[in-house]
Amino acid sequence: MPADGVLPPSAAACPGCIATPVRAAELPLPDARLSLSLPGIHCQACIATVERALEAVPGVRSARVNLTLRRAMVDAAPDMTAADLIPVVEAAGYEVHELDQGALQATATDRAGRDLLMRMAVAGFASMNVMLLSVSVWSGADAATRDMFHWISAAIVFPAIAFSAQPFFRSAWSALKARRLNMDVPIVLAIVLALVTSLWETMLSGHHAYFDAAIALTFFLLGGRYLDHRTRAAARSAAEELTALEVPRALRFEDGAPREVAVADLRVGDLLLVRPGGRMPVDGAVVEGHSELDRSLLTGETVPVAAVPGQAVSAGEVNLTGPLTIRASAVGQDTSLHRMADLVAIAESGRSNYNSLADSAAKLYAPGVHILAALSFLGWYLATWDGRTALNVAAAVLIITCPCALGLAVPAVTTAASGRLFRQGLLIKSATALERLAAVDTVVFDKTGTLTAGAPEVVNLSAVDPGAVAVARALAEGSAHPLSRAIARAAEAAGIAAAEVTGIVEVPGYGTEGTLPDGRRVRLGRAPWVGAEAGAQTEAWLGIGGAAPVAFGFADRLRPGAAEVVVALQAAGQDVILLSGDSTGPVADLARRLGIANWEAEALPQDKAARIAELAAQGRHVLMVGDGLNDTAALAAAHVSISPASALDAARVASDIVLLGTDLAPVSEALRTGREAVKRIRENFRIATVYNIVAVPLAAAGLCTPLIAALAMSVSSISVSLNALRLK
Amino acid sequence: MSVLSYLIPISLVLGGVGLLAFVYTVRSNQYDDPEGDSRRILSKDWDDRPKP
Repeated sequence: MPADGVLPPSAAACPGCIATPVRAAELPLPDARLSLSLPGIHCQACIATVERALEAVPGVRSARVNLTLRRAMVDAAPDMTAADLIPVVEAAGYEVHELDQGALQATATDRAGRDLLMRMAVAGFASMNVMLLSVSVWSGADAATRDMFHWISAAIVFPAIAFSAQPFFRSAWSALKARRLNMDVPIVLAIVLALVTSLWETMLSGHHAYFDAAIALTFFLLGGRYLDHRTRAAARSAAEELTALEVPRALRFEDGAPREVAVADLRVGDLLLVRPGGRMPVDGAVVEGHSELDRSLLTGETVPVAAVPGQAVSAGEVNLTGPLTIRASAVGQDTSLHRMADLVAIAESGRSNYNSLADSAAKLYAPGVHILAALSFLGWYLATWDGRTALNVAAAVLIITCPCALGLAVPAVTTAASGRLFRQGLLIKSATALERLAAVDTVVFDKTGTLTAGAPEVVNLSAVDPGAVAVARALAEGSAHPLSRAIARAAEAAGIAAAEVTGIVEVPGYGTEGTLPDGRRVRLGRAPWVGAEAGAQTEAWLGIGGAAPVAFGFADRLRPGAAEVVVALQAAGQDVILLSGDSTGPVADLARRLGIANWEAEALPQDKAARIAELAAQGRHVLMVGDGLNDTAALAAAHVSISPASALDAARVASDIVLLGTDLAPVSEALRTGREAVKRIRENFRIATVYNIVAVPLAAAGLCTPLIAALAMSVSSISVSLNALRLK
Repeated sequence: MSVLSYLIPISLVLGGVGLLAFVYTVRSNQYDDPEGDSRRILSKDWDDRPKP
């Protein structure tokens, strides 16, 4: 009995499996309204606990956990929001985040993947059946039996190919329309010519028919296509999940009270409330309130700037201390955040001329194959004046040279490599990113948020009098400002207890003040407010009564793995450059700490992009690692780019690879894997060529039987796939 | 050789049944959550009657 074409999608092809892209929309809950991300679930008890907890909430109709995607889909009454469900799941002991349903939509339906899978199943079914019929022909069936088997094969293969080879027909047709040759042109030619000559042979009751080769070819090539699609869809779905985690909401004043609305519904002139810790949803001006703004994602500056009524704010800035009321002056596409997209488009045009390895192989390969087939047809026709034999030989040459192994050579390696990198926390978004990584010789880092964690740490605690530190800790614990939190953390680490301070109040935009038991006023905050001279570094000042103020200096804490990655890259002979929008002092300090000789500070976004372009003009291949909006143009201009998951959405979109964890160490690993992958791809091309060199003379000499064609094709495809799996 | 006239149709029909079964599993979303489904079977929750 023929083994049927059942091919369950291989779980091994799914990198890390947080994101199987296939068919998430038509879940058993067609009207699932709320989706929650559950990064911590891992067992069947977790599924049951979460589902039971969710279904116990009044208003929830049903809940279903998807362990592969680590998501829960909840079907609930229309007035329920994710905010009602999150505490319930948290109470059950699981980490939970809301996912924006709109941003998930694109990956929800994976029609293309399902379509390819169906075609592959049909091709697999047909090739198994035809192969069995062919085995009996090869082992000696003759005369009427052979003809009958050929006719049955034809009856199976024609409809099967008409359905399953459509992707190749379409792609070859669009290439020919544009007067180009791609890998699909020789494929389609081989399939069509094999079918036509085989049908002709069958009608004349000839010995050789290539129905089995034509359908097996389609099946193997669809396998390559499907692998390719899966890798890309998995990365796209994980990237979209990152976007969906940032649900765009804003608090708009309606009739004097703030109400939560979607950012998309905001209009120019709306009054918005931005709470401390919140991000500006729009461009605008402060109407009311005092606070400080963290602009590091936009400009790379680490020193917060004061926000007072009348001051302009840009989308993406983070409000630090006090609540601010702002009036929107530009929303949506008009905000400065989106205007940066123009700069990105210009920068990207420099990269679009990259030719993938597969494309350049096809450019060499496709004309060669056609010329070879045409020559063998001509040669045989001139030698024998027999069109039938000549056409048969030409079909055999096309089938033997058909880039079956070439079609698998790249997808098999990229699937293996991206799966490996995904387990290390790197998400490969672009199909050619691995190949481009292999060429990198210069690595450019951004400072704030990339090499540093974007969280300050006290540098001069030991130089400050412990009594003052105790007072500072007491004041710092009364505030959520990042500098205050850093002081409290450092004091705690040094084992200095908080002094007794009463009546602590936070003055938004300035600092915290209180009273000591002996009646002296104490203040911790900005230099002018405490009565000191502001310095160039990030500082907080402590003033006790009338005494001279004491400064706490801050430096950005290094991101874990930053020092190691710089050392590893330099040891691997890479040129490491630091390019930051921050002021000279902190940048020089960081460069010295990490041993980076080549650095540049106060770089504007266009300066960064220009510097990258200049390096590229010198013939260097630059890897840009950055997270801020000011890096976006540079990320797009670089040969290949990486951004951490904490980066702004715009930066993640512009980069080829997203770093999922907080550790930077996988970056050097990625470069190594990229090199290894390209080495394997080239090896695969060589293996496929060796098979061709052995088999083509046989085919051109007219010695190639359908059995040899089937063997050459299967063995080369399998050896190429196995070689890809050797990737370490 | 007349046995072929039974065997070939039978083998094609059996293969076709497999193909249809696969198409059915794809269409009814049975590959959505391979990891979760393999764990769910271990839970005792709906052993006596199917989930409503």
